[in-house]
Amino acid sequence: MKQLDLRRFPGFFAITLLCVVVLYAPLLVVSVYSFNASTSITNWGGVSLEWYVDVFTGPESPKFQRAAMNSLIIAVLAGLCATLIATSAAVAMHRAGRFKGKTATFALINLPLMVPEVVTAVASLIFFTAIGFSGGVGTILLAHITFCIPFAYLPIAARMQSVPDSYEQAAMDLYATPWEAFRLILLPLMMPGIFSGFLLAFIISLDDFLITNFVKGAGVETLPTAIFGAVKQGIKPNIMAISTLMLGVSVVFVTLSWLIGRSGQAKT
Amino acid sequence: MTGTVINIDRVVKRFGTFTALHEVSLDIAENEFFTLLGPSGCGKTTLLRCIAGFEPVSGGQIRLHGEDIAPLPPFKRPVNTVFQHYALFPHMTVLENVMFGLQRLGWSVVDAEGRAKQALELVHLSQFLKRRPGQLSGGQQQRVALARALAPEPKVLLLDEPLSALDLKLRQAVRMELKQIQRETGIAFVFVTHDQEEALTMSDRIAVMSDGHVQQIGAPREIYEAPANRFVADFIGETNLIEVPVLGISDGMAEVSLPGGRALRCPTPLSRAVGQGVLSLRPERIDLCPASEADLTVIATDQVYLGTDIQLKAQLAGGQEMTVRLQNAEATRLPERGTEVGLKLEAGAARLLSA
Repeated sequence: MKQLDLRRFPGFFAITLLCVVVLYAPLLVVSVYSFNASTSITNWGGVSLEWYVDVFTGPESPKFQRAAMNSLIIAVLAGLCATLIATSAAVAMHRAGRFKGKTATFALINLPLMVPEVVTAVASLIFFTAIGFSGGVGTILLAHITFCIPFAYLPIAARMQSVPDSYEQAAMDLYATPWEAFRLILLPLMMPGIFSGFLLAFIISLDDFLITNFVKGAGVETLPTAIFGAVKQGIKPNIMAISTLMLGVSVVFVTLSWLIGRSGQAKT
Repeated sequence: MTGTVINIDRVVKRFGTFTALHEVSLDIAENEFFTLLGPSGCGKTTLLRCIAGFEPVSGGQIRLHGEDIAPLPPFKRPVNTVFQHYALFPHMTVLENVMFGLQRLGWSVVDAEGRAKQALELVHLSQFLKRRPGQLSGGQQQRVALARALAPEPKVLLLDEPLSALDLKLRQAVRMELKQIQRETGIAFVFVTHDQEEALTMSDRIAVMSDGHVQQIGAPREIYEAPANRFVADFIGETNLIEVPVLGISDGMAEVSLPGGRALRCPTPLSRAVGQGVLSLRPERIDLCPASEADLTVIATDQVYLGTDIQLKAQLAGGQEMTVRLQNAEATRLPERGTEVGLKLEAGAARLLSA
């Protein structure tokens, strides 16, 4: 029997083109116009790097640098904490055998993926207000750790499922205590998944806007909220340069996460 | 054979409501190549995992040199395992794999490296020290697994179907080598397999298991030539099982009435007279003969050419199928299909078992 060839469907090419344009045309426009020499965001005035220079040295640069620093610190810390929690969760889910409420635990870990983000944002805000936390880097960090856990968990758990438990049994058979078996055997074998999970959590934290905007206090900005704040006063070309830089960082990290995850899979 | 190294005493293992081992008892002697043989699901691997410590026993004791090790975790038992799929650590080199156990026991790096190299020499793998397991062939990985398990000089080496992942030719070569290594090291091997040929060629003694029970323990020859019951006779080698009336039993010999009326004296493990028994007839101990001297008369139904042997399929008057193995040299006097043939039972062909 002939295999079904999607490319022979009528209109396949048109639909594909439409999807690609809708998804990527705005990104392309932003990226291209970030190199615009003109101050207008619609008229092309030749190629220039002036807006990139403006991002780092212009009048708004201290504000953006502070926001970028906040974003970076929060993303690194949130990524690390979420990875640590997700790794522990993955070990419990895949090595502790069956336990009561295992399915419920799995659902709980992944719940933030299903809950609409705005609901999480409102709930986080109400929670922090209720316990008397005032908005700031701390509340942003706590909220970010929470919603980053499932993103870190998925690649880690996937990796762990591909490591048969006979390795740890072999280690224990060779006089390794359970802790040594974990540290010397399971952890190194899980490392590609853990790293991939961290990078994913990092990037999710880095570009989160909605939840951050709800729980951040006045005066504290991350890069996405700072960009949004600047855009409200009218779009300037320097915003396009910042956005393009962020896009670049995201692409690099997501690609890295994918490559590491894949190379680890292939090795065993 | 000197003392007992492992004494398995009425070990019971239950998984939920399923009982995998029913009060299994057996002794393994020092320097012995001991095989647990049985079909899949018979409990042989479970018993091995109980000895290694991966499965807690539900009852009974496992003694190592007289000391009960059943409460000890696997990393405190001086036994090592060669896993079915080797479980070599993929992120370590061959040398690091073999050194692993020694370093956990507190050996210095220098000492551990020296011993690991010795162990790798024993399995003829000295040239691959720096390779990763993924860069080795299946046969080489199997040797690394063996070296890794032997390096700490365990009291007992447990082998969980280590040859099943190898192809046929390699498997046959490794059998002899494994046996030789066992002799050289003097370590007791407990070898799990479902392959009776493997068991017969390598073992000093075999425990045949089925459904969580030990059916018989004995030397390969004993298991094959004097099976204790119907299961063992059927599982080890080929046999013809024919129900016969028993005329009498005394001093390990039975007198039975063969189909066709002739009486036959044959050995039996049974001590009390039973009305009906099962006669096990080994196909290679049956020969063709003229009808006047025949113990059994059959109708030839088919022939299967096997190279060294020819398998003759035949039917008794009652319709029961029988198989006879004839040396290929005798092929010229094979009976035509559908003709009547006389069969002579040679010494040791028959054994009476309980029905």
